[in-house]
Amino acid sequence: MTSRRDFIRISVMGAGALALTRGTFGTAKLLSSPDEVKKLKVDLKRTPTYCEVCFWKCAGWVYKTSEGKIWKIIGNDEDQHCNGRFCPRGTGGVGMYYDEDRLKTPLIRVQERGKQVFREASWDEALDHIAAKMKDISSKYGPESMALFTHGSGSAYFTNLLKAYGSSNIAEPSYAQCRGPRDEAFLATFGEEVYSPEVTDIRDTKCLVLIGAHIGENMHNGQIQEMSDAIDKGVTIITVDPRFSTAAGKSKYWLPIKPSTDIALLLSWIHEIIYNDYYDKNYVEKYCSGFDKLKEHVKDFTPEWAYGITTIKPDLIRKTAKEMANATPAVLIHPGRHVTWYGDDTQRVRAIAILNALLGSWGRRGGFYRPAKYDVPSAKIPKYPESKKSWTDAFPGKYPIASSPVSNALIEASIQDNKPGFLIKGWIVNATNLVSSIPGQANTLKAIQNLDLLVSVDTMPMEITGWADVVLPECTYLERYDMLRISPHRKPALALRMPAAEPMNNTRSGYNIARGLALKLGLESYFPFEKQEELLDWQLKQVGSSLEEMQRIGVKTKARDADDLYYAENENVAFPTDSGKIELYSKAFEDAGFDPLPKYVAHEEPPEGFYRLIYGRAPMHTFGRTSNNPNLTDLMHENSVWINPKVSKEWGLMNGQYIWLKNQDGIISDFPIKVRVTERIRWDSVYMVHGFGHKQKQMKRCFGKGASDTQLITKVLVDPLMGGTGMRSNFVTFVTEKSEKEVAS
Amino acid sequence: MRYAMAVDTKKCVGCSDCVVACQTENNVPHGFCREWVVETMNGTYPQLEIEIRSERCNHCINAPCVRCCPTGASHFAEGGIVLVEHSKCIGCGACMASCPYDARYPHPDGYVDKCTFCIHRIKIGLAPACAAVCPTKCIYFGDLDDANSDVSVVLKKRKSKTLIPEAGTKPQLYFLI
Repeated sequence: MTSRRDFIRISVMGAGALALTRGTFGTAKLLSSPDEVKKLKVDLKRTPTYCEVCFWKCAGWVYKTSEGKIWKIIGNDEDQHCNGRFCPRGTGGVGMYYDEDRLKTPLIRVQERGKQVFREASWDEALDHIAAKMKDISSKYGPESMALFTHGSGSAYFTNLLKAYGSSNIAEPSYAQCRGPRDEAFLATFGEEVYSPEVTDIRDTKCLVLIGAHIGENMHNGQIQEMSDAIDKGVTIITVDPRFSTAAGKSKYWLPIKPSTDIALLLSWIHEIIYNDYYDKNYVEKYCSGFDKLKEHVKDFTPEWAYGITTIKPDLIRKTAKEMANATPAVLIHPGRHVTWYGDDTQRVRAIAILNALLGSWGRRGGFYRPAKYDVPSAKIPKYPESKKSWTDAFPGKYPIASSPVSNALIEASIQDNKPGFLIKGWIVNATNLVSSIPGQANTLKAIQNLDLLVSVDTMPMEITGWADVVLPECTYLERYDMLRISPHRKPALALRMPAAEPMNNTRSGYNIARGLALKLGLESYFPFEKQEELLDWQLKQVGSSLEEMQRIGVKTKARDADDLYYAENENVAFPTDSGKIELYSKAFEDAGFDPLPKYVAHEEPPEGFYRLIYGRAPMHTFGRTSNNPNLTDLMHENSVWINPKVSKEWGLMNGQYIWLKNQDGIISDFPIKVRVTERIRWDSVYMVHGFGHKQKQMKRCFGKGASDTQLITKVLVDPLMGGTGMRSNFVTFVTEKSEKEVAS
Repeated sequence: MRYAMAVDTKKCVGCSDCVVACQTENNVPHGFCREWVVETMNGTYPQLEIEIRSERCNHCINAPCVRCCPTGASHFAEGGIVLVEHSKCIGCGACMASCPYDARYPHPDGYVDKCTFCIHRIKIGLAPACAAVCPTKCIYFGDLDDANSDVSVVLKKRKSKTLIPEAGTKPQLYFLI
């Protein structure tokens, strides 16, 4: 295969492809006679799973009809992630299984009559092809020249495979495109990250502060449930958002902040809390270091100073600071999750961490609880070969505090022109649609042109599959075992995923794909269990359970070893930071050449006639990966662009009208997007939900529906500390005539 | 016995989980729904308020759909639940025209379909699918004749409203405000 590759639509899949037509799934009818009710109780079978539609991984039950067809998915009452209640995406997870557009068989890129096309292949053939290429790359460039981009449950297997092969260049876009700055900021402050699910004690908080976190539109199930419980108990919610979010609608205070000025607001809150003696003195004295330097640093950051920057009235800043103080320590300034906004994100989240520390909320009821988890042994495998070059050698000195590989740095290292310390020549891309999940699409495509091998593992024909040399179709989570879910929570818990149905078509589980490839590469010893269920049973028996038990109960929860959900009064705590204290002032940042205390730096403003592009989530979709799900498209099949009425009037735009968006670099959205005229957005910004505007025709329901924010994010502000890609740095204007669009493109 | 439902607009986030849970539970064909979510907004930036409501059949005491059904397919079942007997329904659409809440849809199989309060679940002691799934627990269901039922308790404690009360249908779907 030559290195230049064309985008191929996965067209060979059309032949007899419709696995199931719409609307025929399940056969359970409305049951109302007592006889039928009895049948319902007796005949339905259920198998345990945990959800893979998002990263929250709620545990539930897959119910089947008496004919054995997957019918519905219901939360497991014992599960702390969901408390028996799935979110719309989890409930609609059945649609992932029944989606007729799924990938069905392995595909290999070939040259036919001068044109690149895919041909269907057997698994053996596809894996042989990949193994040969990987061996080739290893001998030519070294094994480090293979990289893995991965998301979700399959990460464990492909990570194991790549490490066994000799490369540690394994990146999850969930780090540098999402939560990375938050993790680094909390690590730098408390020596610990906030984990997933976050250890936020929303259930018992008296004051919940959301700054760019939109619980209710992001559907982080446990947090939404706890916010709702907290509302019942009379919580005060303070929401900072340029948009009147759903959470803002539930809040006592909404601070309609000017975008990109959050650090100024945070600094003035810190100022208020310190200079009014609102902070928890015992806590700060006992646990924190650097208080005096912080106090000096924020001396001039008064609410009046912040007003000029944020447009938030000083009185409102004072009042909300006092509300936080009144609730201490049961106050929670939420750390957020998708925090890659302006390139100074680690510093912004540091300010959030500092604020929490001053109010004494870390380790306290209503603030952040202490997580606990099961200790489950892994399979015994040989030592991994030493990886001679890691991603940090590609660009020495860059992103010094990054504790995980940076996906965008690996992409940069795949481009010869960037003169990386070593060149990446092969990618395995597992369950992440890189074209859509990484900003700067042109760069990603340029990197792809340089590769000797691109393997895409997915359940759906996402855009990335069109660029692959080999496409490997994974079965959905409803058709496979996966690793045990061992995430930390209030109580240690395990959850099992097992297949509710056989893999559809010629698809395989991630475990079987990775193991199959390991066998071809002579790395069998790293996958000692032929069947994943054997591994699971072995693991479960080490912790006093068994596969048989877990198949019956789905979730196993045990009591904590000690009564340590929160710190005890005056407990001596050794924080896992360099100083053993909560570091208000970061020596580590200072040593690395960065601000030891967060500073506000003004960001670029939209040029005249342009509006800041803000993107976010809808509760019924996860990124772009659910856009074709038949159940979820029923709820939302396209995104819209929110425009303030003042702006729409100026432009003559009508509610419901379709327009194109054009960004500051002249990029026009491929597809038109519906206008939503609403007071819920500021006049200097527009808002859209991420994950629409798919270009892959094989995803018939979502093709061409709505616009892609990623396409319009061409200017990226990279966080110099850890490589996060700030994406709120783009400005768009409106294109109303299709001809104008055609001329431009 | 008088079944009723109350939806807490202060907690509902409009995620539409109720809609999809109803769809899977009751095999509602794609493109149709028995329930839906409505959002209303008042004010100008930044003085705004929104109300979010999960809506469905109001199971009215004085149900126009039952009155105008020519075949008796639309009827009251136990606890006042308004049901459609599919085998008797000729799909004429009179009930759809008479419903002030637009709660019914024509099922592709030729009958008119709507929310049943998941009567098949109630009979075995389960809450309706929408109430059972709601992550915010904003949907309360139960028997108004039982003073201790969830719905009775919450309606006593909180201020509530019904939709289009002027239609005189005596709806049994309440909204906590």
